[in-house]
Amino acid sequence: MKICVLVKEVPDAAVQKRLGSDGRMDRSGERNLNPYDTHAIEEAVRIKEAGAVTVDEVVAVSMGPDSAERAIRKAISLGVDRAIHLSDEALAGSDVAGTGYALAKALEREAPDLVLLGQQSDDGECYTIGAVVADHLGMPSLTQVIKMDVTEGKLVAERQAEYGYDTVEIQTPAVISVGDAINEPRYPSLKAIMGAKKKPVDKVGIGDVGIEAGRVGTDGARCVWTSEKAPPQKAGGQIIEDEDTNETVEKIVAWLDERKLI
Amino acid sequence: MSDILVYALHYEGAYNKNSLGAISEGAKLAGELGGECHVVVIGDAQNLSDDFCASLGAFGAKKVFRVEGPEGLSQPVIDAMETIIRANGQKYALFGGGLLGFEIGAGLAARMQAGVSMEVTNVRAEGGELIAERPVWGDSTISVKKFVGDLGIIIGRLNAFEARQGEGAAAVEDVQVEFKAHSLRSKMVQRGEQRGADVNIEDADFLVAGGRGLGKAEGFDLLESLAQSMGGAVAATRAVVDAGWYPYAAQIGQTGKTVAPKLYLAAGISGAIQHKVGMQASENIVAINKDSNAPIFDFCDLGIVGDLNKIVPKLTEAIKAKKGG
Repeated sequence: MKICVLVKEVPDAAVQKRLGSDGRMDRSGERNLNPYDTHAIEEAVRIKEAGAVTVDEVVAVSMGPDSAERAIRKAISLGVDRAIHLSDEALAGSDVAGTGYALAKALEREAPDLVLLGQQSDDGECYTIGAVVADHLGMPSLTQVIKMDVTEGKLVAERQAEYGYDTVEIQTPAVISVGDAINEPRYPSLKAIMGAKKKPVDKVGIGDVGIEAGRVGTDGARCVWTSEKAPPQKAGGQIIEDEDTNETVEKIVAWLDERKLI
Repeated sequence: MSDILVYALHYEGAYNKNSLGAISEGAKLAGELGGECHVVVIGDAQNLSDDFCASLGAFGAKKVFRVEGPEGLSQPVIDAMETIIRANGQKYALFGGGLLGFEIGAGLAARMQAGVSMEVTNVRAEGGELIAERPVWGDSTISVKKFVGDLGIIIGRLNAFEARQGEGAAAVEDVQVEFKAHSLRSKMVQRGEQRGADVNIEDADFLVAGGRGLGKAEGFDLLESLAQSMGGAVAATRAVVDAGWYPYAAQIGQTGKTVAPKLYLAAGISGAIQHKVGMQASENIVAINKDSNAPIFDFCDLGIVGDLNKIVPKLTEAIKAKKGG
């Protein structure tokens, strides 16, 4: 079988995130592979290693500007065999629906048996790309999966939903977004990092995968940013740096006591 | 005419609180747009009696579309909503906060080539259209969105919309839906499994909550001692519940409980949005975390940057001493 993993470049968590004057994310500053995606890659590699099904290859699919190649190389160093990098000026400013459509078109060409992705991206925090992609591909889908068992032609997935844990049996091909509880991603070896530079990254534009220009980018967006505003201000809390724990605890107790909480 | 279609999630004979909130919100907004609030419910025929469906009228629904189909899965609902919207022309689809709403709303956006905004905390009608407000970047900014095209999809944040119960019954209309092949390729094997002990955290005035920063399951022993000293209970984040460190019944947030105790003491919790939405209404929030950049320090009342393993045991002793003295 073939597993495709959707990966994304995001600003590094340590970098202050902000919107540019056009309401799009300001993507300057440090960038990295979306941490949630590393769990999807790890799961793909584990399925391959476990051998319950024969995995011929694991392919990373990413949409983003040229700079995203660094994140893609990182994905490769974590065990991906090759990558598709969908990059096109026309894609800039795509909304969730446009992004999912574009990724689905890139995936269609690969005809995967399983599509994995991280349950959310560290930037937009949308939990939704998996569901958009699945609908375009006409595949069953489940998000926020924390355990899965893949066998020939089907998988059994567990996730936490509104009323507790659900167990769902799904026929493949399918689109599964994984939560960070599903596994502990390994660190790449130095050899894998070096080797990642030599693996193929196929750079494609919208014409190469049959994306209609009118459905993506700023013009294709159906949910449109109009303005931004500041949230209601909440008075900042008191912060104590713990240097002398006995003193810190005294302060906490006094604080609680003042409010009649003890 | 601008009608709004709301999805109502139900389980074991009760509607989801966030769905009821979305219906009340949808009714209010539809009124401002000069339209009606419609609701779709999907499930086994035996679970969807006339009375059960019509009862949504008390929350503001004018009409309830009843669809026989699988419960607890998103894709059949996408098919149902597509069928209903194509036949009735609702202008907006609205979802209360929760996991299924995200999946259905996003899938519906793909199906209908519609715009979708999620994690929305406020919606208003303006010039005959709905405008959605969505906090971004750790709630530091609110992004204001509008929709173009025939359909706009709005997915609320957990607890964003308040359910308001009045009087009245909705008309119930049965809809036959031809489900897509892929929608029937998922099968619920087990739904709503409760993992771990059945603990009660919702009635506690004092909650001591633990997250990944505890480092290991045994970290909860410290929190239980502290909670006991205060006469409170222990709660947990999703990450540690998924890891099996603490029971699901004690979980706060997106797919857990929503609480508002007198005191919420968060130990080793970073304060991600999914957690915040379940506890931000607490009267007093105290946070202990060794990472000074943790988002929880942006919305707590008292924050302690330090090692919880050092602080919590001493705090427990100090509270015991104070109470004893």
